[in-house]
Amino acid sequence: MAMNVFFFKLALMVYAVATVGYFVYLYTMKEEAARGAYYVLLVGFGLHTISLVARWLEAGYPPFTNLFEATSFLAWALVLGYLVLDRRFQRQGRVLGAFVTPIATLLMLYSSFCPKDILPLPPVLRSLWLPIHAAISLLSYGFFILAAASGVMYLLQEREIKKKRLGGIFKRLPSLETLDRMNELSLKIGFPLLTLGIITGAVWAEEAWGTYWSWDPKETWSLIMWLVYAALLHERLAVGWRGRKAAWLSIVGFLTWLISFFVVNLFIPGAHTYVEWHG
Amino acid sequence: MSNGTAKDQIVLLGLNHRTAPVEIREKLSFAGRDFDPVSLFLELPLVREAFFLSTCNRVEILFVTREPEAAVEGVKEVWARANDLPVSSFEPHLYQFRNREAVKHLFRVASGLDSLVLGEPQILGQLKEAYRRAAERRATGVILNRLLHKTFSVAKRIRSETGIGSHAVSVSYAAVELAKKIFGDLREKSAMLIGAGEMAELAAQHLLAQGVEKLIVANRTLSRAIELAERFRGEAISLEELEDYLLKVDIVISSTGAPHYILTAEQVKRLMRPRKMRPIFFIDIAVPRDIEPAVNEIENVFLYDIDDLKAVVEENLAYRRKEAARAERIIEEEALKFEAWLEQLEVYPTIVALRQKAEAIRRKELEKTLSHLRGKVDEETIEALETLTKSLVNKLLHDPIIYLKNRYHRDGQQVVDFTRKIFNLDGEAPLESLPPEIHLPDEAEEKTKH
Repeated sequence: MAMNVFFFKLALMVYAVATVGYFVYLYTMKEEAARGAYYVLLVGFGLHTISLVARWLEAGYPPFTNLFEATSFLAWALVLGYLVLDRRFQRQGRVLGAFVTPIATLLMLYSSFCPKDILPLPPVLRSLWLPIHAAISLLSYGFFILAAASGVMYLLQEREIKKKRLGGIFKRLPSLETLDRMNELSLKIGFPLLTLGIITGAVWAEEAWGTYWSWDPKETWSLIMWLVYAALLHERLAVGWRGRKAAWLSIVGFLTWLISFFVVNLFIPGAHTYVEWHG
Repeated sequence: MSNGTAKDQIVLLGLNHRTAPVEIREKLSFAGRDFDPVSLFLELPLVREAFFLSTCNRVEILFVTREPEAAVEGVKEVWARANDLPVSSFEPHLYQFRNREAVKHLFRVASGLDSLVLGEPQILGQLKEAYRRAAERRATGVILNRLLHKTFSVAKRIRSETGIGSHAVSVSYAAVELAKKIFGDLREKSAMLIGAGEMAELAAQHLLAQGVEKLIVANRTLSRAIELAERFRGEAISLEELEDYLLKVDIVISSTGAPHYILTAEQVKRLMRPRKMRPIFFIDIAVPRDIEPAVNEIENVFLYDIDDLKAVVEENLAYRRKEAARAERIIEEEALKFEAWLEQLEVYPTIVALRQKAEAIRRKELEKTLSHLRGKVDEETIEALETLTKSLVNKLLHDPIIYLKNRYHRDGQQVVDFTRKIFNLDGEAPLESLPPEIHLPDEAEEKTKH
């Protein structure tokens, strides 16, 4: 087994353990469980980082060329984003871990079923823009997943308070204010990254094919996604939107991302189709 | 029961909100008297250690004695005499616990399981204060010192391992808890009080204690508003200015005597855009209600009326009752541990005496040997002899000491007496060996019957 795959599988298992840890915390509310899960997640993140570096070294090119690599990097970006939020929100960020670690684990699991062979890099991808464009875009997706997760948590908590059912969910989830700020911060980091991802993509396209924009399905969906998040951010900053509407819109943005990442990349032929050349 | 080798016993005598009306409790509480009741009880020769606790819900005396029956009578009499009451006036209200039951009761009191409001934390502070006073007077000794320290740690353990103290069980605290789930940190937030009333003022007080930065008081009569504002260091406004100020505040507590809604959903809806959609939390504790219920349906607006809050409190109380059952198990476990310590305390002097005797013999014999060997051996050999004798003594004593500790709680004083005799711990000189006793046949037979 190649080193990168070995560390990848190790990271997957450790993420699964961290997920269980966060679930235990969600159930028992014991501080020790959250702290334990956090350290396990850190270990998983370290192993995952090693796996990415090993992949780069073993392949000789940046690991953003197929579905396995992209999904793995996305999971890494998600965990990184979570660690950023955890720093920022301390104790209140813990419950978010119970929403994020399963997503990261599922992404890894999905990625583990993709072909992992290292193939010669097609000429079109031999560019410095590959790591820049791909890494920036995938990082932005990580933060959009976080925005959606905190949005879902917000909607759950708001429902509890409005319906005046102050049970387990009410007691476990952080305050509305905190959840809203998590959502906002994720957007404020994710949106500039997405913008930069689209710009670098256009510059690269100009270099490779001589045109900045060719309405390829991926480009179209990325633009839709960009418009959704731009609208959300505008309403948030200019009109003062917050809470429920912002949470819903970040979930809508997440759905456009799902289409752009899974449906378009897998089934619609274009420059981002991963299945085309490795399968 | 009471002979020379009687054990120390822990006795607790008291009355609380369930067993006695306040008229009796207050008469026995020594409140406002300028002497410490603990010294009064210590004057009784039978009372070896004492501790006195008096709160608005209970008066209790905890003491250590070797003759509990007589000591209880003595304490009751002193208690009655000091307050000019006949013993019979409060005797039927008294409860009495001994040893493990007393320990358990104290643990329960400290963790709030015996409180009027289940799980309330104040009592622990009162216990600590009472202990500080008793300890200053040296009224507590080995047993009560240990017991009270244990009590504090058990209360702490129960607080951290069970939910006995979590979730608000009063309407005003429930409102504060809700506000925290909406706004997170209450610092930099502002609140408004519309109308006045005990519960509204209490809630305002809690909010201020949680760090709410600014309080605005609105009232139909401005003079009353000014008076309240002064008390809470807030700003007084008239009801006409209400809508302007609603743009600024985050939490509104309303409790006017108005016969109709003073705020409608339409009004509140209009406020939201200029508020930049910032959330607002209305607490309506007025009956009839001040705020139209439909307000709760507006985005980023939350409304709780008095019945909603009462339902929350009821639910939280049910939760605490469930947690109380878990606390009882911890108390049972800790009380057993304390009992084991108490028993070990009885054997402790014997173990010390045993060790001291062995050590004295070891030193004496070692010195004797070394004086013969002076000059003939080096430092290393002396050290080896030192280690050898020490480990001989330790190994020989190990089993008897373990036996003492293990058997004491089953066979009691008998084991201690036997050990003291066997090792001659109470004699001055070494025992002389006596000629063997002559057993007559019938005496021997008697022995085998046993």
